[in-house]
Amino acid sequence: MALDRTDVEKIAHLARLQINEQDIPQYTQTLSDILDLVNQMQAVDTTDIDPMANSLDAVQRLRADEVTEPNNRDKLQSIAPAAEAGLFQVPKVIE
Amino acid sequence: MFDKTLAELASGLDNGDFSSVELTQAYLDRINAEDSKYNSYITVTDEIALSQAKAADEARAAGNAGAFTGLPIAQKDIFCTDGVRTSCASKMLDNFIAPYNATVVDKFNNAGAVMLGKTNMDEFAMGSSNESSFYGPSRNPWNTDCVPGGSSGGSAAAVAARLAPAATGTDTGGSIRQPAALCGITGLKPTYGRVSRYGMIAFASSLDQGGPMARTAEDAAMMLNVMAGFDPRDSTSMQQAVPDFTADLAQPLKGLTIGLPKEYFPEDLSPAIALQVQNAVKEYEALGATVKEVSLPNTALAIPAYYIIAPAEASSNLSRFDGVRYGYRCDEPVNLEDLYKRSRGEGFGPEVQRRIMVGTYALSEGFYDAYYKKAQQIRRLIKQDFVDVLNDVDVIMGPTTPHPAFKLGEKSSDPVAMYMEDIFTIALNLAGLPGMSVPCGQTDGLPVGLQIIGNYFAEQKLLNVAHQFQLATDWHKQSPDGI
Repeated sequence: MALDRTDVEKIAHLARLQINEQDIPQYTQTLSDILDLVNQMQAVDTTDIDPMANSLDAVQRLRADEVTEPNNRDKLQSIAPAAEAGLFQVPKVIE
Repeated sequence: MFDKTLAELASGLDNGDFSSVELTQAYLDRINAEDSKYNSYITVTDEIALSQAKAADEARAAGNAGAFTGLPIAQKDIFCTDGVRTSCASKMLDNFIAPYNATVVDKFNNAGAVMLGKTNMDEFAMGSSNESSFYGPSRNPWNTDCVPGGSSGGSAAAVAARLAPAATGTDTGGSIRQPAALCGITGLKPTYGRVSRYGMIAFASSLDQGGPMARTAEDAAMMLNVMAGFDPRDSTSMQQAVPDFTADLAQPLKGLTIGLPKEYFPEDLSPAIALQVQNAVKEYEALGATVKEVSLPNTALAIPAYYIIAPAEASSNLSRFDGVRYGYRCDEPVNLEDLYKRSRGEGFGPEVQRRIMVGTYALSEGFYDAYYKKAQQIRRLIKQDFVDVLNDVDVIMGPTTPHPAFKLGEKSSDPVAMYMEDIFTIALNLAGLPGMSVPCGQTDGLPVGLQIIGNYFAEQKLLNVAHQFQLATDWHKQSPDGI
């Protein structure tokens, strides 16, 4: 499966990854190689096979909607790159 | 001292031959003197280790020692350790001081273990050679021009170089078993859901599993006793009773049935590896096992299915690394999109970016059915192959890897060639089954691993099968020249 540079640019945007202009040809080639590898899957007929998301076919466990974890905001926020008054600081979003 | 297994060290501590502080200091001194050759540790936690050792000695003196009190181990740098850098071998988390302990870490702390440090790995657990680490590759103690394997390469190298008696690892596509094979040690990937993933930085949530890496099956069993167990904080943790994994080690193997899948012995398998594995199988026959040829017809599809499922899940799991709440943030972001793109573009290495992009593509509109859904269907076929065979035999065996340790740089420029190193290990993660690698020979001075695969939650059987082999052979006692 051959990807071209616009595919790679689009994927990088979806993944919010900045990739350097000079790396785009390499990424295009390796991603195409990987997709060639995975295309081997198409050789097998899987009609009517149930997809398997969990190897034990386990069902999501639920619990009562009760608070069980302590409020650790200060400790958890102490490692933030930029925080003030309990809020995480980022560049202005709304112009 | 450094050749003693965890079991022997526990006896030594109980007998008063040495204290935990003495033992810990000896290991810390040795790491300091030798690790520059292997780069197996990212962070050495001297102060914490000595303080834990002191507490362990006090507990022992007061008559409160348990099976693991005072024993030193290393933790793969993927497990969050409160107050200690947890880097996942990535620039993205180089400055990340974890604010809590992973459940696995808590369990070892509560058992009185001593943490020597955090070991090197492939970045975000993505790799089979430890070459993608932000902190430089780890080297194989058997030949320092060679890779130790990955992603738990640092843990494997540390144990092989006697820089820790044992270490934790994680296995998503073979990352415990393959480095164990390449470094001549014993590694176990438990059944999915056996060991809690809480605090174990997520790569592929439906495949990841933490497990022990040690020099013997007995030691692996001691570690699994600490690590295993239901954890309400891990939504995929299974409510399965935890037996004493050391209890059945001595069971004789008479009557054991072993399946050898023909797909694990292809025409182009290295003859040296095939020979060592066949010798191991003969040893098992001498111990009373019967062997038969079986088939896992969908083996070849495991790699394509994995290289959709794992990157897809990784693309989702790694979306949390955005420069906002913790970890790397780029300089002077001009707007939010720039913050995300440059923090991630600069913080992640190339293999991680590749896999995020493959995963993003596979999950994107128009491609989900052809890629992710298809892979999940193939996953069910792969599981069914194993279930059918394990209805017929007790365990499955084969080589852990197609080659012994390869040279640094040999495969790092060809991602697909690197992916093929996992050909024998990957299917197990898709199926969720437990598997081990034990040393079974050498070729050109490099270790060869035998993979043993068991049924769901049958780690006791696996450990017994491995232990009996280790009573009859001494591959697991070998160490590299000069170590």
